[in-house]
Amino acid sequence: MKSLTKYIPLLIVVLLAALFPFMVGVNSYWITVFIFVGIYSIVTIGLSLLMGYAGQISLGHGAFFGIGAYASGLLTTLANWNPWLAVAASLFITCVIAALIGYPTLRLRGHYLAMATLAFGEIVVIVFTAEVDLTGGPSGFGGIPRLSLFGLSLKNDLIFYYFVWALVSIVILFSIHIIHSRVGRALQSIHGSENAANAMGVDAAKYKLQIFILSAALAAFAGSLYAHYMTFVSPTACELKLSIMLVVMVAVGGMHSIWGALIGTILLTILPEFLGVFEDFDILVYGAILIIILLFSPDGLYGGVRQAAGFLKRLQRREAT
Amino acid sequence: MSFASQILQYLVTGLSIGGIYGMVAIGFNIIYNATGIINFAQGEFVMLGGMIMVSLTAAMGLPVAAAFILTVAIVALIGGLFERAAIYPLRNAGVLTMIIVTIGGSIVIRGAAMLFWGKESYILPHFSGEDALVLFGAFILPQTLWILGIMFVTVCALTLFFRYTLVGKAMRACAANRTAALLSGIEASRMICLSFVLSAAVGAIAGIIITPISLVDYNRGFMLALKGFSAAVLGGLGNSGGAVAAGFILGILESLGAGLISSAYKDAISLVVLLIILFVRPSGLFGNREADRLKKF
Repeated sequence: MKSLTKYIPLLIVVLLAALFPFMVGVNSYWITVFIFVGIYSIVTIGLSLLMGYAGQISLGHGAFFGIGAYASGLLTTLANWNPWLAVAASLFITCVIAALIGYPTLRLRGHYLAMATLAFGEIVVIVFTAEVDLTGGPSGFGGIPRLSLFGLSLKNDLIFYYFVWALVSIVILFSIHIIHSRVGRALQSIHGSENAANAMGVDAAKYKLQIFILSAALAAFAGSLYAHYMTFVSPTACELKLSIMLVVMVAVGGMHSIWGALIGTILLTILPEFLGVFEDFDILVYGAILIIILLFSPDGLYGGVRQAAGFLKRLQRREAT
Repeated sequence: MSFASQILQYLVTGLSIGGIYGMVAIGFNIIYNATGIINFAQGEFVMLGGMIMVSLTAAMGLPVAAAFILTVAIVALIGGLFERAAIYPLRNAGVLTMIIVTIGGSIVIRGAAMLFWGKESYILPHFSGEDALVLFGAFILPQTLWILGIMFVTVCALTLFFRYTLVGKAMRACAANRTAALLSGIEASRMICLSFVLSAAVGAIAGIIITPISLVDYNRGFMLALKGFSAAVLGGLGNSGGAVAAGFILGILESLGAGLISSAYKDAISLVVLLIILFVRPSGLFGNREADRLKKF
């Protein structure tokens, strides 16, 4: 039984996601908002594996998202590929690039992966912006076909909503398995002490690289979904602001748990809907939220709630005795 | 203009912009040496330097020299406040949290700058006119000389400070071995705060002297920080002499690349160099191979 408890939060997520359209109304604007929450969650769950479990930070996941979106968009519009084939191709391209960047930098210590991914992300944006003939430059390009599944076109927002959240659930399930697998245990040992882990025969660099590639692939996959949903991409879809936003989502929610990543993503995606007139100042609000949460609960909202719950439990126990 | 003088022109342009990269890199190094943190808000200090200088001279009519000193003081104060408000309370957290909190700091400073100055670009008048000097057919703006001169003075002052003053020696001691420094009575936390103050001041100076030749807006800091970091890694992280040399190399490569290859890819050149150096020789051109041994992760 105990081994099944780890699936309970997933069950709750699936239930909530399934019922959500009936709570807000099936034609509600919130359906669109939560399509984006789902798309970004796929990235942030992968990123939380990288940050919380492998202890590395990437400031280039916006670029992987962009590579997924652009590869999907270009292959379907210019080369007339089947959208699913384009998604597969963009995943492959991203894995190769992530391996090329991750292999040398993950062997180093410190901030090197952060800076290498940051530089890489900026190069990607520069290329997408400069190759005007291919990508339409700063204004981007449109006409990307919608995805279809078993002959059913995912044109309808509600159908696409369920499609995306089904994928999010699969990604969560997959991540739970990784965390509780050999790789997950190896990563946790690396977090404890990389030297000790190495001495025990854990190839730290190899596992870190695998998680980095996996998280990059998830980002590219989300980017492909975004392109086929929006039917349009431009460099704003992958600029640095997105990379930073993704890291902020993970950190605010709590980077040591995929649930934290989900909470952070929901919170920061719906926040602009409430900021309204302050639209221009959203960046300041995000920065302030990030610093305040880090100062009061370095493990993010999820970590903070867990700590508070543990504290209350101990208090109760003390009163009982 | 002959080809040779054209090349010379690119070199001159590269030197002035490279000097700025070098100074930004020194800002990174000062904090890195003291704390092992890469301060992702470093570019924001540069941006603030330019912005505050514009406000003090254009809006408040202060003379250039007074505004210069006041600007550096204000930004240095902001650097110190940032350390006290965000870095000091998290001193026991992991490196990952440290990176994220400096990112948070950079977002907050950028957002505050946008609130305060809006999204427009601002420019400063050149310090001493725009009549270019001609050297072998290449034009040299007087501002280029100001940049190189002020940079030279800053580097010399920093070197003297770290080598010969008691506080400078205490800061180096903290960088080398914090526990030993604490045991000899050096207050490490004060030295770390001071490193942010110094680093912000150097960033502000770079921001002030570059603004006459390139515009400044609230978003300007990020790219300068990234290129400054490229210079810091190319020169060997923590090695400030290397940072200056690497800054010049990057500036010249960038201006040659923009002139001879493609100006659309101008900003990518330093970044490609950064990636290559991380792959091939992460300890930098002038660093020793042990450089990355220092910092835990």
